[in-house]
Amino acid sequence: MYGNHDTETALVPDEGDSERQAEFDALIADDQRIEPRDWMPDAYRRTLIRQVAQHAHSEIIGMQPEGNWITRAPSLRRKAILIAKVQDEGGHGLYLYSACETLGVDREDLLDRLHGGRQKYSSIFNYPALTWADVGAIGWLVDGAAIMNQVALCRCSYGPYARAMIRICKEESFHQRQGFEILHTLAHGTPAQKEMAQDAVNRFWAPALMMFGPPDDASPHSAQSMAWGIKRFSNDELRQRFVDMSVPQAEVLGLSLPDPDLRWNDERGHYDSGELDWDEFARVISGDGPCNAQRMSRRIRAHEDGAWVREAAQAYAAKQAARTLEVAAS
Amino acid sequence: MTQTPQNPAPNPAAGNGSDRRGWPLWEVFVRARRGLAHQHVGSLHAPDAALALQNARDIYTRRSEGVSIWVVPSSAIVASSPQEKDSFFDPALDKAYRHPTFYDIPEGVEHL
Ligand SMILES: [Fe+2]
Ligand SMILES: [Fe+2]
Repeated sequence: MYGNHDTETALVPDEGDSERQAEFDALIADDQRIEPRDWMPDAYRRTLIRQVAQHAHSEIIGMQPEGNWITRAPSLRRKAILIAKVQDEGGHGLYLYSACETLGVDREDLLDRLHGGRQKYSSIFNYPALTWADVGAIGWLVDGAAIMNQVALCRCSYGPYARAMIRICKEESFHQRQGFEILHTLAHGTPAQKEMAQDAVNRFWAPALMMFGPPDDASPHSAQSMAWGIKRFSNDELRQRFVDMSVPQAEVLGLSLPDPDLRWNDERGHYDSGELDWDEFARVISGDGPCNAQRMSRRIRAHEDGAWVREAAQAYAAKQAARTLEVAAS
Repeated sequence: MTQTPQNPAPNPAAGNGSDRRGWPLWEVFVRARRGLAHQHVGSLHAPDAALALQNARDIYTRRSEGVSIWVVPSSAIVASSPQEKDSFFDPALDKAYRHPTFYDIPEGVEHL
Protein backbone atom coordinates (compact mmCIF):
# COMPACT_ATOMS: atom_id res chain seq x y z
CA MET A 1 0.00 0.00 0.00
CA TYR A 2 2.48 2.58 1.12
CA GLY A 3 4.32 1.63 -2.02
CA ASN A 4 1.52 2.65 -4.35
CA HIS A 5 3.18 5.82 -5.48
CA ASP A 6 5.66 4.40 -7.89
CA THR A 7 8.49 6.60 -8.97
CA GLU A 8 10.67 4.14 -10.83
CA THR A 9 10.62 3.46 -14.52
CA ALA A 10 8.27 0.99 -16.11
CA LEU A 11 9.10 -2.66 -15.59
CA VAL A 12 10.56 -4.65 -18.44
CA PRO A 13 9.50 -8.25 -18.96
CA ASP A 14 12.18 -10.89 -18.37
CA GLU A 15 13.86 -12.74 -21.20
CA GLY A 16 14.45 -16.47 -21.21
CA ASP A 17 13.82 -18.75 -18.25
CA SER A 18 10.58 -19.59 -19.97
CA GLU A 19 10.11 -22.90 -18.16
CA ARG A 20 10.53 -21.38 -14.71
CA GLN A 21 8.43 -18.45 -15.81
CA ALA A 22 5.67 -20.87 -16.78
CA GLU A 23 5.89 -22.51 -13.37
CA PHE A 24 5.72 -19.13 -11.67
CA ASP A 25 2.74 -18.10 -13.82
CA ALA A 26 0.98 -21.35 -12.97
CA LEU A 27 1.45 -20.75 -9.23
CA ILE A 28 0.08 -17.23 -9.54
CA ALA A 29 -2.85 -18.39 -11.67
CA ASP A 30 -3.62 -21.06 -9.07
CA ASP A 31 -3.63 -18.39 -6.33
CA GLN A 32 -0.68 -20.09 -4.61
CA ARG A 33 1.97 -18.22 -2.67
CA ILE A 34 5.49 -17.54 -3.92
CA GLU A 35 8.11 -18.37 -1.27
CA PRO A 36 11.61 -16.89 -0.85
CA ARG A 37 13.60 -19.65 -2.51
CA ASP A 38 11.26 -19.99 -5.50
CA TRP A 39 12.34 -18.65 -8.83
CA MET A 40 10.60 -15.37 -9.59
CA PRO A 41 10.86 -12.81 -12.40
CA ASP A 42 13.31 -10.01 -11.66
CA ALA A 43 10.61 -7.41 -12.11
CA TYR A 44 8.39 -9.16 -9.54
CA ARG A 45 11.29 -9.21 -7.08
CA ARG A 46 12.15 -5.55 -7.71
CA THR A 47 8.55 -4.44 -7.37
CA LEU A 48 8.21 -6.27 -4.07
CA ILE A 49 11.51 -5.00 -2.70
CA ARG A 50 10.44 -1.45 -3.43
CA GLN A 51 6.94 -1.87 -2.03
CA VAL A 52 7.86 -3.81 1.12
CA ALA A 53 10.80 -1.49 1.85
CA GLN A 54 8.62 1.61 1.45
CA HIS A 55 6.07 0.00 3.71
CA ALA A 56 8.74 -0.79 6.33
CA HIS A 57 10.13 2.75 6.14
CA SER A 58 6.60 4.13 6.57
CA GLU A 59 6.13 2.15 9.77
CA ILE A 60 9.26 3.46 11.43
CA ILE A 61 8.94 7.05 10.18
CA GLY A 62 5.32 6.86 11.33
CA MET A 63 6.55 6.54 14.91
CA GLN A 64 7.61 10.19 14.88
CA PRO A 65 4.41 12.27 14.68
CA GLU A 66 2.81 10.33 17.52
CA GLY A 67 6.01 9.70 19.47
CA ASN A 68 6.15 13.45 19.70
CA TRP A 69 3.08 13.34 21.99
CA ILE A 70 4.11 10.61 24.42
CA THR A 71 5.47 13.03 27.01
CA ARG A 72 2.39 15.24 26.69
CA ALA A 73 -0.36 12.62 26.75
CA PRO A 74 -3.21 13.91 28.95
CA SER A 75 -3.30 10.93 31.34
CA LEU A 76 -1.24 7.95 32.38
CA ARG A 77 -3.74 5.67 30.63
CA ARG A 78 -3.38 7.55 27.34
CA LYS A 79 0.36 7.63 27.72
CA ALA A 80 0.69 3.87 28.26
CA ILE A 81 -1.56 3.23 25.26
CA LEU A 82 0.41 5.60 23.05
CA ILE A 83 3.74 4.05 24.03
CA ALA A 84 2.35 0.60 23.16
CA LYS A 85 1.04 1.86 19.85
CA VAL A 86 4.26 3.54 18.83
CA GLN A 87 6.21 0.45 19.88
CA ASP A 88 3.89 -1.65 17.69
CA GLU A 89 4.71 0.56 14.70
CA GLY A 90 8.41 -0.08 15.31
CA GLY A 91 7.60 -3.79 15.43
CA HIS A 92 5.69 -3.53 12.15
CA GLY A 93 8.76 -2.01 10.58
CA LEU A 94 10.85 -4.92 11.82
CA TYR A 95 8.42 -7.59 10.49
CA LEU A 96 8.52 -5.87 7.13
CA TYR A 97 12.29 -5.42 6.97
CA SER A 98 12.54 -9.10 7.81
CA ALA A 99 10.13 -9.96 4.97
CA CYS A 100 12.02 -7.68 2.59
CA GLU A 101 15.32 -9.36 3.37
CA THR A 102 13.92 -12.68 2.16
CA LEU A 103 14.02 -11.10 -1.30
CA GLY A 104 17.78 -10.94 -1.09
CA VAL A 105 18.42 -7.40 0.12
CA ASP A 106 20.38 -6.40 3.17
CA ARG A 107 18.74 -4.44 5.98
CA GLU A 108 21.63 -2.00 6.22
CA ASP A 109 21.21 -1.24 2.52
CA LEU A 110 17.52 -0.59 2.98
CA LEU A 111 18.23 1.89 5.76
CA ASP A 112 20.92 3.51 3.61
CA ARG A 113 18.42 3.90 0.79
CA LEU A 114 15.91 5.52 3.14
CA HIS A 115 18.48 7.85 4.65
CA GLY A 116 19.84 8.76 1.24
CA GLY A 117 16.36 9.58 -0.05
CA ARG A 118 16.51 6.80 -2.64
CA GLN A 119 13.48 5.03 -1.17
CA LYS A 120 10.35 6.75 0.02
CA TYR A 121 7.79 6.37 2.77
CA SER A 122 4.11 7.19 2.92
CA SER A 123 3.36 10.86 2.29
CA ILE A 124 1.01 11.00 5.27
CA PHE A 125 3.86 11.07 7.79
CA ASN A 126 5.11 14.37 6.42
CA TYR A 127 2.16 16.12 8.05
CA PRO A 128 2.65 17.41 11.59
CA ALA A 129 0.73 16.26 14.68
CA LEU A 130 -0.07 19.70 16.07
CA THR A 131 -2.49 18.91 18.88
CA TRP A 132 -3.50 15.99 21.08
CA ALA A 133 -6.58 15.57 18.89
CA ASP A 134 -4.23 14.83 15.99
CA VAL A 135 -3.16 11.67 17.81
CA GLY A 136 -6.84 10.68 17.74
CA ALA A 137 -7.25 11.58 14.07
CA ILE A 138 -4.10 9.67 13.14
CA GLY A 139 -5.34 6.54 14.90
CA TRP A 140 -8.83 6.75 13.47
CA LEU A 141 -8.04 7.86 9.90
CA VAL A 142 -4.39 7.05 9.20
CA ASP A 143 -4.37 3.66 10.90
CA GLY A 144 -7.86 3.10 9.51
CA ALA A 145 -6.69 3.69 5.95
CA ALA A 146 -3.61 1.58 6.59
CA ILE A 147 -5.80 -1.30 7.81
CA MET A 148 -7.95 -1.08 4.68
CA ASN A 149 -4.82 -1.46 2.57
CA GLN A 150 -3.18 -4.04 4.75
CA VAL A 151 -6.16 -6.37 5.02
CA ALA A 152 -6.08 -6.56 1.22
CA LEU A 153 -2.35 -7.33 1.35
CA CYS A 154 -2.89 -10.34 3.65
CA ARG A 155 -3.64 -12.23 0.42
CA CYS A 156 -0.59 -10.93 -1.42
CA SER A 157 1.08 -13.56 -3.60
CA TYR A 158 4.43 -13.24 -1.84
CA GLY A 159 4.28 -15.46 1.27
CA PRO A 160 6.52 -13.58 3.73
CA TYR A 161 4.85 -10.24 2.94
CA ALA A 162 1.37 -11.73 3.34
CA ARG A 163 2.33 -13.36 6.65
CA ALA A 164 3.79 -10.09 7.97
CA MET A 165 0.53 -8.39 6.99
CA ILE A 166 -1.54 -10.90 8.94
CA ARG A 167 0.49 -10.21 12.09
CA ILE A 168 0.26 -6.48 11.53
CA CYS A 169 -3.50 -6.49 10.94
CA LYS A 170 -4.05 -8.32 14.23
CA GLU A 171 -2.26 -5.49 16.00
CA GLU A 172 -3.72 -2.60 14.04
CA SER A 173 -7.31 -2.73 15.19
CA PHE A 174 -6.42 -1.46 18.64
CA HIS A 175 -4.60 1.44 16.98
CA GLN A 176 -7.71 2.57 15.18
CA ARG A 177 -9.94 2.09 18.19
CA GLN A 178 -7.75 4.07 20.56
CA GLY A 179 -7.76 6.94 18.03
CA PHE A 180 -11.52 6.79 17.70
CA GLU A 181 -11.86 6.80 21.48
CA ILE A 182 -9.65 9.89 21.81
CA LEU A 183 -11.75 11.77 19.25
CA HIS A 184 -15.02 10.57 20.77
CA THR A 185 -13.96 11.81 24.20
CA LEU A 186 -12.89 15.20 22.85
CA ALA A 187 -15.96 15.55 20.63
CA HIS A 188 -18.19 15.02 23.68
CA GLY A 189 -16.14 17.31 25.93
CA THR A 190 -16.03 21.10 26.14
CA PRO A 191 -16.72 23.20 23.03
CA ALA A 192 -13.00 23.93 22.79
CA GLN A 193 -12.19 20.22 22.89
CA LYS A 194 -14.77 19.47 20.24
CA GLU A 195 -13.34 22.22 18.07
CA MET A 196 -9.88 20.73 18.49
CA ALA A 197 -11.17 17.32 17.39
CA GLN A 198 -12.92 18.83 14.36
CA ASP A 199 -9.79 20.74 13.38
CA ALA A 200 -7.72 17.55 13.49
CA VAL A 201 -10.20 15.68 11.29
CA ASN A 202 -10.30 18.62 8.89
CA ARG A 203 -6.54 18.43 8.41
CA PHE A 204 -6.15 14.64 8.22
CA TRP A 205 -9.15 13.60 6.11
CA ALA A 206 -7.78 14.39 2.65
CA PRO A 207 -4.20 13.26 3.32
CA ALA A 208 -5.61 9.96 4.69
CA LEU A 209 -7.60 9.43 1.48
CA MET A 210 -4.42 10.03 -0.52
CA MET A 211 -2.75 7.15 1.31
CA PHE A 212 -4.48 4.82 -1.14
CA GLY A 213 -2.33 6.22 -3.92
CA PRO A 214 -3.17 8.05 -7.15
CA PRO A 215 -6.48 7.45 -8.97
CA ASP A 216 -6.54 4.23 -10.99
CA ASP A 217 -6.17 5.98 -14.34
CA ALA A 218 -2.98 7.66 -13.07
CA SER A 219 -1.44 4.61 -11.47
CA PRO A 220 0.66 3.06 -14.23
CA HIS A 221 2.03 -0.05 -12.49
CA SER A 222 -1.19 -1.07 -10.76
CA ALA A 223 -2.27 -3.42 -13.54
CA GLN A 224 0.98 -5.40 -13.37
CA SER A 225 0.81 -5.59 -9.56
CA MET A 226 -2.77 -6.88 -9.82
CA ALA A 227 -1.74 -9.47 -12.42
CA TRP A 228 0.98 -10.69 -10.08
CA GLY A 229 -1.39 -10.91 -7.14
CA ILE A 230 0.64 -8.37 -5.19
CA LYS A 231 -2.33 -6.05 -5.20
CA ARG A 232 -5.85 -7.42 -4.93
CA PHE A 233 -7.91 -4.24 -5.19
CA SER A 234 -7.36 -0.99 -7.01
CA ASN A 235 -6.49 2.29 -5.26
CA ASP A 236 -9.91 3.76 -6.01
CA GLU A 237 -11.78 0.67 -4.83
CA LEU A 238 -10.06 0.74 -1.46
CA ARG A 239 -10.48 4.48 -1.14
CA GLN A 240 -14.20 4.15 -1.82
CA ARG A 241 -14.55 1.46 0.83
CA PHE A 242 -12.76 3.66 3.31
CA VAL A 243 -15.04 6.63 2.58
CA ASP A 244 -18.15 4.45 2.89
CA MET A 245 -16.93 3.08 6.20
CA SER A 246 -15.88 6.43 7.66
CA VAL A 247 -19.01 8.49 7.05
CA PRO A 248 -21.21 6.66 9.60
CA GLN A 249 -18.31 6.61 12.07
CA ALA A 250 -17.96 10.39 11.78
CA GLU A 251 -21.67 10.68 12.55
CA VAL A 252 -21.18 8.73 15.78
CA LEU A 253 -18.30 11.02 16.66
CA GLY A 254 -20.52 14.03 15.99
CA LEU A 255 -17.84 15.45 13.69
CA SER A 256 -18.12 16.45 10.06
CA LEU A 257 -15.85 15.41 7.22
CA PRO A 258 -14.36 18.36 5.32
CA ASP A 259 -15.75 17.67 1.86
CA PRO A 260 -18.72 19.67 0.53
CA ASP A 261 -19.19 17.09 -2.26
CA LEU A 262 -19.55 14.17 0.12
CA ARG A 263 -23.03 12.68 -0.31
CA TRP A 264 -24.77 9.35 -0.67
CA ASN A 265 -25.32 8.22 -4.24
CA ASP A 266 -28.31 5.90 -4.36
CA GLU A 267 -27.56 4.74 -7.86
CA ARG A 268 -24.01 3.65 -7.13
CA GLY A 269 -24.74 2.50 -3.60
CA HIS A 270 -21.70 4.46 -2.43
CA TYR A 271 -20.77 7.89 -1.17
CA ASP A 272 -19.56 10.36 -3.78
CA SER A 273 -16.66 12.51 -2.71
CA GLY A 274 -14.78 15.52 -4.03
CA GLU A 275 -11.55 15.67 -6.00
CA LEU A 276 -8.35 15.35 -4.03
CA ASP A 277 -5.43 17.69 -4.53
CA TRP A 278 -2.99 15.40 -6.34
CA ASP A 279 -0.55 18.24 -6.92
CA GLU A 280 -0.17 18.50 -3.17
CA PHE A 281 0.36 14.73 -3.00
CA ALA A 282 3.12 14.93 -5.63
CA ARG A 283 4.77 17.81 -3.79
CA VAL A 284 4.72 16.07 -0.42
CA ILE A 285 5.97 12.77 -1.86
CA SER A 286 8.84 14.45 -3.63
CA GLY A 287 10.09 16.09 -0.46
CA ASP A 288 8.20 19.35 -0.18
CA GLY A 289 5.74 18.51 2.59
CA PRO A 290 5.54 20.35 5.91
CA CYS A 291 7.78 17.88 7.79
CA ASN A 292 9.89 15.95 5.27
CA ALA A 293 13.20 17.48 6.32
CA GLN A 294 12.47 17.10 10.02
CA ARG A 295 11.40 13.45 9.68
CA MET A 296 14.54 12.51 7.77
CA SER A 297 16.97 14.40 9.96
CA ARG A 298 15.47 12.91 13.11
CA ARG A 299 15.57 9.43 11.61
CA ILE A 300 19.23 9.78 10.59
CA ARG A 301 20.19 11.27 13.93
CA ALA A 302 18.51 8.41 15.82
CA HIS A 303 20.40 5.92 13.67
CA GLU A 304 23.74 7.65 14.18
CA ASP A 305 23.18 8.18 17.90
CA GLY A 306 22.52 4.46 18.23
CA ALA A 307 25.77 3.44 16.53
CA TRP A 308 27.69 3.05 19.79
CA VAL A 309 25.05 0.68 21.15
CA ARG A 310 25.31 -1.54 18.09
CA GLU A 311 29.09 -1.47 18.24
CA ALA A 312 29.21 -2.21 21.97
CA ALA A 313 26.84 -5.16 21.62
CA GLN A 314 28.93 -6.50 18.76
CA ALA A 315 32.18 -6.11 20.71
CA TYR A 316 30.63 -7.87 23.70
CA ALA A 317 29.44 -10.72 21.50
CA ALA A 318 32.90 -11.07 19.97
CA LYS A 319 34.53 -11.11 23.42
CA GLN A 320 32.13 -13.77 24.72
CA ALA A 321 32.65 -15.90 21.62
CA ALA A 322 36.44 -15.68 22.04
CA ARG A 323 36.12 -16.70 25.69
CA THR A 324 34.01 -19.69 24.82
CA LEU A 325 36.68 -20.77 22.35
CA GLU A 326 39.41 -20.35 24.99
CA VAL A 327 37.51 -22.42 27.50
CA ALA A 328 36.91 -25.11 24.92
CA ALA A 329 40.62 -25.17 24.02
CA SER A 330 41.92 -25.38 27.59
CA MET B 1 4.78 -25.70 9.98
CA THR B 2 5.48 -26.07 6.29
CA GLN B 3 7.10 -22.72 5.77
CA THR B 4 10.57 -22.65 4.31
CA PRO B 5 13.25 -20.78 6.20
CA GLN B 6 12.99 -17.15 5.34
CA ASN B 7 16.45 -16.35 4.28
CA PRO B 8 17.25 -17.11 0.65
CA ALA B 9 20.41 -15.08 0.33
CA PRO B 10 23.83 -16.54 0.97
CA ASN B 11 24.51 -15.56 4.51
CA PRO B 12 27.83 -15.00 6.23
CA ALA B 13 28.43 -17.18 9.26
CA ALA B 14 26.32 -15.98 12.14
CA GLY B 15 27.74 -15.34 15.56
CA ASN B 16 31.03 -13.80 14.55
CA GLY B 17 29.83 -10.71 12.76
CA SER B 18 32.52 -8.46 14.20
CA ASP B 19 33.87 -7.42 10.81
CA ARG B 20 30.45 -7.34 9.16
CA ARG B 21 28.53 -4.17 8.72
CA GLY B 22 25.41 -5.36 10.48
CA TRP B 23 24.45 -7.96 13.03
CA PRO B 24 23.88 -11.53 11.83
CA LEU B 25 20.42 -12.79 10.96
CA TRP B 26 18.47 -15.23 13.17
CA GLU B 27 15.30 -17.16 12.44
CA VAL B 28 12.70 -17.10 15.20
CA PHE B 29 10.41 -19.99 16.19
CA VAL B 30 7.65 -19.57 18.76
CA ARG B 31 5.63 -22.16 20.68
CA ALA B 32 2.24 -20.49 21.03
CA ARG B 33 1.20 -22.65 23.98
CA ARG B 34 1.98 -25.97 25.62
CA GLY B 35 1.12 -28.88 23.42
CA LEU B 36 1.98 -27.11 20.16
CA ALA B 37 5.21 -27.31 18.17
CA HIS B 38 7.39 -24.26 17.65
CA GLN B 39 6.46 -22.40 14.49
CA HIS B 40 8.57 -20.13 12.35
CA VAL B 41 7.43 -16.51 12.76
CA GLY B 42 10.13 -14.43 11.07
CA SER B 43 13.68 -13.28 11.49
CA LEU B 44 15.70 -10.59 13.22
CA HIS B 45 19.23 -9.28 13.57
CA ALA B 46 21.20 -9.62 16.80
CA PRO B 47 24.89 -9.76 17.75
CA ASP B 48 24.56 -12.94 19.83
CA ALA B 49 22.11 -15.61 20.95
CA ALA B 50 21.15 -13.93 24.22
CA LEU B 51 20.19 -10.68 22.51
CA ALA B 52 18.51 -12.58 19.70
CA LEU B 53 16.23 -14.18 22.29
CA GLN B 54 15.52 -10.88 23.97
CA ASN B 55 14.80 -9.14 20.67
CA ALA B 56 12.58 -12.04 19.62
CA ARG B 57 10.56 -11.62 22.80
CA ASP B 58 10.12 -7.89 22.14
CA ILE B 59 9.37 -8.22 18.45
CA TYR B 60 7.29 -11.39 18.20
CA THR B 61 5.57 -11.85 21.59
CA ARG B 62 4.32 -8.43 22.68
CA ARG B 63 0.83 -9.91 23.16
CA SER B 64 1.68 -13.18 24.88
CA GLU B 65 1.88 -15.02 21.55
CA GLY B 66 4.30 -17.53 22.99
CA VAL B 67 5.47 -19.59 25.97
CA SER B 68 8.81 -20.59 24.43
CA ILE B 69 11.13 -19.16 21.77
CA TRP B 70 13.90 -20.72 19.67
CA VAL B 71 16.38 -18.60 17.77
CA VAL B 72 18.58 -20.21 15.13
CA PRO B 73 21.33 -18.56 13.09
CA SER B 74 19.86 -18.34 9.59
CA SER B 75 23.11 -19.65 8.19
CA ALA B 76 22.66 -22.89 10.16
CA ILE B 77 19.46 -23.85 8.34
CA VAL B 78 19.77 -26.34 5.50
CA ALA B 79 16.80 -26.37 3.16
CA SER B 80 15.69 -28.51 0.26
CA SER B 81 15.76 -26.74 -3.04
CA PRO B 82 12.43 -25.70 -4.57
CA GLN B 83 13.93 -26.36 -8.01
CA GLU B 84 14.23 -30.08 -7.39
CA LYS B 85 10.90 -30.34 -5.65
CA ASP B 86 9.51 -32.93 -8.05
CA SER B 87 12.42 -35.36 -8.03
CA PHE B 88 13.10 -34.85 -4.33
CA PHE B 89 9.56 -35.67 -3.23
CA ASP B 90 8.94 -38.17 -6.03
CA PRO B 91 9.33 -41.34 -3.94
CA ALA B 92 6.19 -40.48 -1.96
CA LEU B 93 3.98 -39.98 -5.00
CA ASP B 94 3.40 -43.57 -6.11
CA LYS B 95 2.78 -45.11 -2.69
CA ALA B 96 -0.91 -44.59 -2.23
CA TYR B 97 -0.99 -47.74 -0.06
CA ARG B 98 0.52 -45.62 2.72
CA HIS B 99 -2.85 -43.93 3.11
CA PRO B 100 -5.80 -45.64 4.82
CA THR B 101 -8.15 -44.64 2.00
CA PHE B 102 -6.25 -47.08 -0.29
CA TYR B 103 -7.94 -50.12 1.27
CA ASP B 104 -11.33 -51.66 0.47
CA ILE B 105 -13.15 -52.57 3.64
CA PRO B 106 -16.47 -54.49 3.58
CA GLU B 107 -19.57 -52.53 4.41
CA GLY B 108 -20.46 -52.44 8.12
CA VAL B 109 -17.02 -53.03 9.63
CA GLU B 110 -16.50 -50.59 12.48
CA HIS B 111 -13.58 -49.26 14.50
CA LEU B 112 -11.10 -49.99 11.73
FE1 LIG C 1 1.61 -0.14 11.54
FE1 LIG D 1 -0.81 1.30 13.33
